[in-house]
Amino acid sequence: MDIFNGLMQGFSVALTPMNLGMCFLGCFLGTVVGVLPGLGPPATIAMLLPLTFKMDPTGAMIMLAGIYYGAKYGGSTTSILLNVPGETSSVVTCLDGYQMARNGRAGAALGISAIASFVAGTIGTVLLMLVAPPLAKLTLAFSAPEYFALMVLGLTMVVLLAGDSLTKALLSMMVGLWIASMGTDLFTATSRFTFGQTELLGGIEFVIVAIGIFAVGEVMSNMEPEKPLDMLPVPKGLKNLLPTWQDMKDCKYAFLNGSLIGFFIGILPGAGATISSFLSYGIEKSYSKHPEKFGTGVIEGVAAPEGANNADTAGAMVPLLTLGIPGSGTTAILLAALVLWGFKPGPLFIEESPALFWGLVASMYIGNVVLLILNLPLVALFAQLLKMPGYVMYPLILGVSIIGVYTSDSSIFQLSLLVLFGLVGYVMRKLDFPTAPLVLGLVLGDSMEKALRQALMMSQGHLSILFRPIPAVLLCIAAFLLIVPLFKKFNSARVQMIDAEA
Amino acid sequence: MNTFTRKGDFWAGLALAALGIYIVSQAWGWNYMTEEGPGPGFFPLWYGSVMVLLSLALVAGTVLKNDPKSQKVLRWSELRRAMTCWAALAVCVAIIKYVGFMISFGLLTWFIIAIMFKRPQKVALAYAIGGAVGFYALFSWGLELQLPVGTLF
Repeated sequence: MDIFNGLMQGFSVALTPMNLGMCFLGCFLGTVVGVLPGLGPPATIAMLLPLTFKMDPTGAMIMLAGIYYGAKYGGSTTSILLNVPGETSSVVTCLDGYQMARNGRAGAALGISAIASFVAGTIGTVLLMLVAPPLAKLTLAFSAPEYFALMVLGLTMVVLLAGDSLTKALLSMMVGLWIASMGTDLFTATSRFTFGQTELLGGIEFVIVAIGIFAVGEVMSNMEPEKPLDMLPVPKGLKNLLPTWQDMKDCKYAFLNGSLIGFFIGILPGAGATISSFLSYGIEKSYSKHPEKFGTGVIEGVAAPEGANNADTAGAMVPLLTLGIPGSGTTAILLAALVLWGFKPGPLFIEESPALFWGLVASMYIGNVVLLILNLPLVALFAQLLKMPGYVMYPLILGVSIIGVYTSDSSIFQLSLLVLFGLVGYVMRKLDFPTAPLVLGLVLGDSMEKALRQALMMSQGHLSILFRPIPAVLLCIAAFLLIVPLFKKFNSARVQMIDAEA
Repeated sequence: MNTFTRKGDFWAGLALAALGIYIVSQAWGWNYMTEEGPGPGFFPLWYGSVMVLLSLALVAGTVLKNDPKSQKVLRWSELRRAMTCWAALAVCVAIIKYVGFMISFGLLTWFIIAIMFKRPQKVALAYAIGGAVGFYALFSWGLELQLPVGTLF
């Protein structure tokens, strides 16, 4: 199927009343979680995932993806009005966005942020549509050794960019691999790490770990006493939210920079939206005629990072859908969702499930329009959410978490695991252990072990099969990435980038 | 007490080393290689061994760097609120099989609002009852999902 026909099929799927409704719901929820600091897309998607099991998978995926990219739109509102990022990827927007709001230009900052997000989100979706099908064809020749090497490379990149301590990131990944090993080994029917509990014979469901670590852990971390918020006002009327023509002219390169940097960084596992927004801000500043003004309320300083963090979501869909390799905690949950619904993300995904792939792509175009509409005239309404007290929000999150886990298996035992993983998530946050490598280790652990064992079965136990050209190159890159932090210069640059994110 | 024993990394490293040793000892009892290829012990033995080495490196790093400024020291006073919330959730889950979701969730909401956030009882009760009924209406009636049911209620 060519791109045009695929897209037409996609729009016929995405424009059904049900899927349009799911797209709107996802974008709305995404904006809400983006605006609220302390509640991110991974927690929201993990909590809502079990509730989608009875839904049509295409509509459910459209909704969950809407939450993912919608949160990027909402995150900027908090950065601009409160100087607190609603999402980690909106950190850079605080630099110039908050200064613009203090200078009386909150409307222009909110407006350009929504427009940049729309432009970059749309360009990112065009690039996803162009890049994903040929990449999937290219990887059709991959078999077990290549997949194993690809997963090792993906995990290595996530580990490399996940936290300022490489040791902690690696340990976090090892714990994820351990949890993935629990249950009955499908090759030999041996029970592993079940502690004599029959409930663990089927392994631990990913949803429980994700909800525990992201949602319960997040609530526990936010339990510290609340500080009063000092929010700048949102200008009234759509006219006051629209940037001037001069603002738009000033931002034309920022739109392009944000779109391209965001998309291509998004493709790399582990790099993520925060890094792409920092990079695009840095590039915008370097090529600006007035770099000294950055940080004082320059409109390009808002447009570039906001564009980048939206194009990033389209980029992140490329390895997720064509290789089955997620690059972050959120995409790991989306991968788990696809697998739970019975899909196989990978080179054959586009061919085997064209309605889902193209429906999702088409819904991203629609979603960007919906988000532009939601985030321009209704931004004042969303800003009111910031006044919602924590004591109202936290019990709601815990309640949805309990229902989400119970719905997946109707078992009280699984609820006790939720409590346990909530504690694990909190302790990890407190001790600065990154959570993304654990979640990715858990999602990829089972497939990685299967791929390795299948590869070694093919070669009757000889490791030489991993030294075929493609796996050898991928494993060498992974080894190189693990070795380079030993060189001080590289490691200090890596840590600086991660510290800026923190 | 040495400074490093007050650091979270030291204890986390020791706990993870213990977990790694447990993984290796379990994997040792399973087949490493079978006639058809790697056995169930193959993968855990490798990542378990790497886990032991890395966690010992974390412990060694904490001890050798014994600089008070270099790492975060655990402050138990900061943990108290979070652990109280966690304990409340654990109790909520423990009693759910007796009293069902609505009552246990109502109690959890009341505890968080009235005890932890020190809001007036009227507010706490209103949110607790409203929240429990709202959840029941949305999930049980609206989405037709099965909520946890207790033996008593």
